[in-house]
Amino acid sequence: MAGIRTAVVGVGQTRHVSARHDVSIAGLVREAAVEALEDAGMDWGDIDAVVIGKAPDMFEGVLMPEMYLADALGAANKPMLRVHTAGSVGGSTAIVAAKLVMAGIHKRVLTVAFEKQSESNATWGLTVGMPFQAPLVAGAGGYFAPLIRAYMARSGAPRHIGHLVAVKDRLAALRNPKAHLHLADIDLKMVEESFLLWDPLRYLDVCPSSDGAMALVIGSEDVADAAPGPAAWIHGTAMRSEPTMFAGRDQINPQAGRDCAADVYAQAGITNPREDFDMAEVYVPFSWYEPMWLENLGFCAEGDGWKLTEAGATAPDGDIPWNPSGGVLSSNPIGASGMIRFGEAAQQVRERAGDYQVELKTGLALGQAYGGGSQFFSMWVVGNQKPE
Amino acid sequence: MRDVAVIAFAQDIAEHDRERNEVEFVIPVVRDAIAQSGIDRHDIGFTVSGSCDYLSGGPFTFVQGLDAVGAWPPIKESHLEMDAAWALYEAWVAIQVGDVDSALIYGFGKSSLGDVHEIFNLQNDPYSVMPLWPSTVDLAALQACAAIAANVTNEREMAEIAARDRRAALANLHAIAGRDVSADVLLGEPVTHAPLRDADIAPITDGAAAIVIAAAEIANHACERPAWIRGIEHRIEPQSMGVRDLTRSESTRLAAIAADVGGGPIDVAELHTQFSHEEPILRVALGLGPETEVNPSGGPLGANPIMSSGLIRIGEVASRIHSGSVHRGVAHATQGPCLQQNLVCVLEGERN
Repeated sequence: MAGIRTAVVGVGQTRHVSARHDVSIAGLVREAAVEALEDAGMDWGDIDAVVIGKAPDMFEGVLMPEMYLADALGAANKPMLRVHTAGSVGGSTAIVAAKLVMAGIHKRVLTVAFEKQSESNATWGLTVGMPFQAPLVAGAGGYFAPLIRAYMARSGAPRHIGHLVAVKDRLAALRNPKAHLHLADIDLKMVEESFLLWDPLRYLDVCPSSDGAMALVIGSEDVADAAPGPAAWIHGTAMRSEPTMFAGRDQINPQAGRDCAADVYAQAGITNPREDFDMAEVYVPFSWYEPMWLENLGFCAEGDGWKLTEAGATAPDGDIPWNPSGGVLSSNPIGASGMIRFGEAAQQVRERAGDYQVELKTGLALGQAYGGGSQFFSMWVVGNQKPE
Repeated sequence: MRDVAVIAFAQDIAEHDRERNEVEFVIPVVRDAIAQSGIDRHDIGFTVSGSCDYLSGGPFTFVQGLDAVGAWPPIKESHLEMDAAWALYEAWVAIQVGDVDSALIYGFGKSSLGDVHEIFNLQNDPYSVMPLWPSTVDLAALQACAAIAANVTNEREMAEIAARDRRAALANLHAIAGRDVSADVLLGEPVTHAPLRDADIAPITDGAAAIVIAAAEIANHACERPAWIRGIEHRIEPQSMGVRDLTRSESTRLAAIAADVGGGPIDVAELHTQFSHEEPILRVALGLGPETEVNPSGGPLGANPIMSSGLIRIGEVASRIHSGSVHRGVAHATQGPCLQQNLVCVLEGERN
């Protein structure tokens, strides 16, 4: 990997709920940032720069909200950047922040991602009629359901696979006190009997709408060595994008995702992801995206993703746990969801994941986020040892 | 730090274009900048853009930009909801990390689709300021009042700046608000937002711009006189008008020191002045003397395509270095109400 050694030295996140009526947007992001700074043993004055990310501004109705948030995030008279790369933004934001340290420009960067969905309505925010464009009308689920049906047809996956993921991730969330959904009595029958939204997605196959924020403090090697807590060393970062639509594009198993994985694996020396990683936090907003991304990320051969899910390989006690935090299916503050994946992977290799900590063998974990029409990808690999 | 230079610059500007959407603005500038750079499209290491969803009125404005770039096979790409000058900063950082050696940066937006001065009220604190619905021009007028009261500028100086920029814009093919006018004539025109007259306010402009930057190994081959980025820094201030001294630009001053603007004579400055009174404030913050020519392109008072206007400042300085007409210059970009966030980029040509 290029650049100087860089690590996550502080992690903070809010609890995620439907509506945080008790805080403003500034109060929400500050809550996550304060927790990350405390974890890093730092104060506002220690931070050199702030990088903030979120999904479209229409999700809150504030144009470039970082301008108003600069003061609340201690950015006065400092550099501040605002990233927006669709659903992958939380991951992209962490990568932009990490590069400021890798380049040797800054030593301590605070990065924050958030969404306060209760301020507005995301499905309507996605459904604005645009000149010269076909209306989406149905929000993200209406867009992705046909791709899921195409995956089922292509792979021959039985219909209950998605529901298995829906149950697995909600059971995992019961061990994560910050997760939005705590459905103590979740089971296959409950998912199957929830109402149909977009075939084959039932209500419980779908992520919630959450208010929440995630913050990371990213530091250089000397900062990480001096930090009070363990470091999650960054072994690789990658981003890839491709256009939304063109003839011949594989929207089920996008090339951008495969290229992004190949890039980040090469940087981190990953040759067999299922064996080389202890776990992965992957952006699964609709249950079927677990088997689809298992294939896209090379954890199995194409067409076999659903078999890993069905066999329980991705459960917290499986051989390659996916989303032991409960994942996006249990908490979805959209703009933050990618950074939560990156941060939860960091917490696992720092052995700070509490009741959902996995057993570390290789000490390496993957964070992944995607967005747009399955076209924007961001990934990082973090480890409990310094990269070579 | 690696030596990185601006090697190509293209812009496409229009006044209230009814024919083209944003993608159709981006296509020609991206094609032009890449052609100038001499780099094959597939060899561009990194692509990053700046745009604003609220200009187009829909989410994910930047996604369609990928169609203009031709992002296939998939590319390393990022996007900032900021003026594309900050996208250039992100690209410069990516080259500093060392895993890429060149980058394409573009910014775009159609300000004419709605009432942009009203829309940008949505940039204010949503709880305490937005409900008062001050437009961009209302807040700028407050700042102009403060600057006049503090003797930082006066109405005659503002009129002279506005007249100079409008005249300079006549010689700029990309400008839309060129006008052969004197300060005396402007002072006789009506005040629309006291103390501002229409000529003090940047015109509503549609457009896009693209720049290619590259590390020395590439830049030296691609360009006879690369415009080397000697310093690029940016700072933000708190937004609340009550905690800022509006007669100064502290964030510009700090960025200028960090970018070492004062490290040598500045032949030319392209300042992102969307209102005439901002120039005297920025001159002080940047430490510019009378030897520096300001906004020879006409500046944003000549054409101000929001989201690429700051990037264009960098391109205008770079193109003068490319042509050999200047040796060292400074470009400035801003966003947020009353110069809240500022970027300063020092560019320099080869010493012969």
